[in-house]
Amino acid sequence: MNLMKFTVSALAIAAVSATAAAARDNVQVTGSSTVLPYSTIVAEAFGENFDFPTPVVEGGGSGAGRAKMCEGVGPNTVDIANSSSRITQRDIDTCAANGVTEIMEVRFGYDGIVFASDVNGPEFNFTPADIYNALASQVVKDGALTANTHAQWAEFNPALPAQDILVLSPGTKHGTREVFDERVIIAGCKETGAHALFLAVVAGDDDSAKNRAANGECTKLRTDGRNVDIDGDYTETLQRLDNDKNAVGVFGLSFYQNNTDKLRVATMNGVVPSTETIAAGDYPVSRPLYFYVKTAHLDVIPGLKEYVEFFVSDDMAGPDGPLAQYGLVSDPELAATQAAVAARTPMGPLN
Amino acid sequence: MTDATASGLPDARPQGSSSLLQQDALMKRRNAAEARFKFYGIAAISVSLVTLCVMLWTIFSDGVSAFRQASLELTVTLDAERLDPQGDRSLESLSKVTTIGYGNLLTAALNDYMAERNISVEGVSPKQVGEFISRDAPARLRNMVLADPELIGQTIRFGAFASGRIDGYMKGRVTMASAALDSNITPEQLQLADRLIEAGVLKSAFNWRFLTNPDASDQRPESAGLGIAIIGSLYMMFLVAIMVLPIGVAASIYLEEFAPKNKWTDIIEVNISNLAAVPSIVYGILGLAIFINFAKLPASAPIVGALVLTLMTLPTIIIATRASLRAVPPSIRDAALGVGASKMQTVFHHVLPLAAPGIMTGTILGLASALGETAPLLLIGMVAFVANYPSSPLEGGFFDPATALPVQVYSWASRSDPAFIERSSGAIIVLLAFLLVMNILAIVLRRRFERRW
Repeated sequence: MNLMKFTVSALAIAAVSATAAAARDNVQVTGSSTVLPYSTIVAEAFGENFDFPTPVVEGGGSGAGRAKMCEGVGPNTVDIANSSSRITQRDIDTCAANGVTEIMEVRFGYDGIVFASDVNGPEFNFTPADIYNALASQVVKDGALTANTHAQWAEFNPALPAQDILVLSPGTKHGTREVFDERVIIAGCKETGAHALFLAVVAGDDDSAKNRAANGECTKLRTDGRNVDIDGDYTETLQRLDNDKNAVGVFGLSFYQNNTDKLRVATMNGVVPSTETIAAGDYPVSRPLYFYVKTAHLDVIPGLKEYVEFFVSDDMAGPDGPLAQYGLVSDPELAATQAAVAARTPMGPLN
Repeated sequence: MTDATASGLPDARPQGSSSLLQQDALMKRRNAAEARFKFYGIAAISVSLVTLCVMLWTIFSDGVSAFRQASLELTVTLDAERLDPQGDRSLESLSKVTTIGYGNLLTAALNDYMAERNISVEGVSPKQVGEFISRDAPARLRNMVLADPELIGQTIRFGAFASGRIDGYMKGRVTMASAALDSNITPEQLQLADRLIEAGVLKSAFNWRFLTNPDASDQRPESAGLGIAIIGSLYMMFLVAIMVLPIGVAASIYLEEFAPKNKWTDIIEVNISNLAAVPSIVYGILGLAIFINFAKLPASAPIVGALVLTLMTLPTIIIATRASLRAVPPSIRDAALGVGASKMQTVFHHVLPLAAPGIMTGTILGLASALGETAPLLLIGMVAFVANYPSSPLEGGFFDPATALPVQVYSWASRSDPAFIERSSGAIIVLLAFLLVMNILAIVLRRRFERRW
């Protein structure tokens, strides 16, 4: 049996090579798909300019990435978790239970979230209140909460075009949704006075519980088809927008900057989103981007320390670096981050 | 369809009241029913053909352009002062000059060329001229110089990819109108591109590097290629083939020829049929738990992908193998046993060789479906950015990080730069070509070796 000999020898080769591959010589990164493009840009430049192999970067989501990082210590676990939202106490607890006691938190910049519509459509100048009025399940009318029946933008704000409301918002599994809820929907809820009305009716033991409950009421969006949750990525939103020219989509700033020929961006409170306005704090809808490094791996995995330092260097994450060109809003406190990375300061308790 | 009524079906009715030439009402209804059924059949086939055509047309119209690539023929003087400030030509001091330095060198080379030939367009700064050159060119030039330091001081011809937007302009994806709105390119830059095409510096040609290059980051779609994905897929197919064949064939032979027919074998049989219908993502979850978390195999490695895909294809292979063993007539077995062969000799000398073409066909089709599988690979870390080629199988390449073809399609489809859409469709074309080759191989094997009884 020729086949048998072939199989046996192939398995033997595989077994021998298994021992050779026991130690890992490349950095492994996983996590947020928002951070993924930045991370690949850095990884690629790192592989080109250093003698270390190019790090392997995976997407899959912030939460999943942090969970993977917290699985334990050793070459079999990932070194870095990219995250578009801050680590939670639960993650830190899981990490500690699995022996990952020291984590380094690195904030390398900010990401803007923009509203954009078809490039040939009318211009939109939103305030958070407009988005709230368009999307919430309950809105304020004559000082009382009523079910949202708005069909056109101009119905509640004459300055907006008389166009059917259709918003493609990020699905609930996205990190983007959190910022969208907090910076747009809840802000709009407060602006329109709906938040105060919710506060009067919700139950809760103390003020903060009531506030949380009111926020929860605010973020309930209408379900009559005027708001569409997109669970895929921004390319899917763009495709939907292409099919329905009336729609307004929610995108990341970097995605918009790569597709300015197809999208017309909306202003928020009169501010045009750009890396400059976000860095200055004028444009309200933005969030910090992080990655978390397992400090125990710093001296074990070759190239990890260099990769982290290279990521936050001015050449990469600085205001003129390739990440900023791609759409990252450079962190004004980058120097402090660089110092913390150099000193390997582990993160303290969450505040 | 009307001529179907004339087809002479034998009249089933016993009465002699009608003839074939004069049809009564019932006959007409029956013939009409047959004509209708034929029409439904043809309609069903047409619908599937049209769907296939639409799918292929969209893939090919988007994807064929991925195989062509615009590039710039540059004459670069490798200035010793810039590339080797120490002047000692040692690898250590040479590698201190980063890709940024090489990028400036290339930008200067293109600007010098334009100044020499008097090519200029109002409103294009030297920096914007530099944006014509792909960001991967400095890295390739740097690697060339590091590999051969003798090049320093010489003037060489260097082919650099044009950046994604310029490439898109030559393919018609980017137009003057879209460039006016695009923040990454200006209409003036496109006018300059026209001048460079006239001068013969900017050319479009078939792009082999689409098949050999590794993946690239979002900022350089033009240099992204399928090299690692193809290697990863080949490694996995090889490993799946050598694992699935012995296990699958052994299991089927035992179940078909040796196993007693009782409750246990019935349960096993039902389970195999059920496993063939389990969604593939479940195998991914299983693979993550067993091979990565328990057996501590490295993530993103072809070996883990192959193990998962083996588990996934095994039931299909067992079912196909058993069917072809069953198709060997019992008279062959009876004859072999009759002349005194043992059961084992009967199976291995007579039944298995006759069933081999069917087994091979089933295996190849199983492999083809494994080749197109994405879902289980998602969970074991093969949907990743991998830029280093895995080493050869003898040096542990099965354990190095790699991606796979379907996974590359998936990850390119979600990139923000529009140039990745054509790459994604291009990758589908390559995947389809692989599948086509495998399916043709299966058909050829069946045609040449299959015996009918």
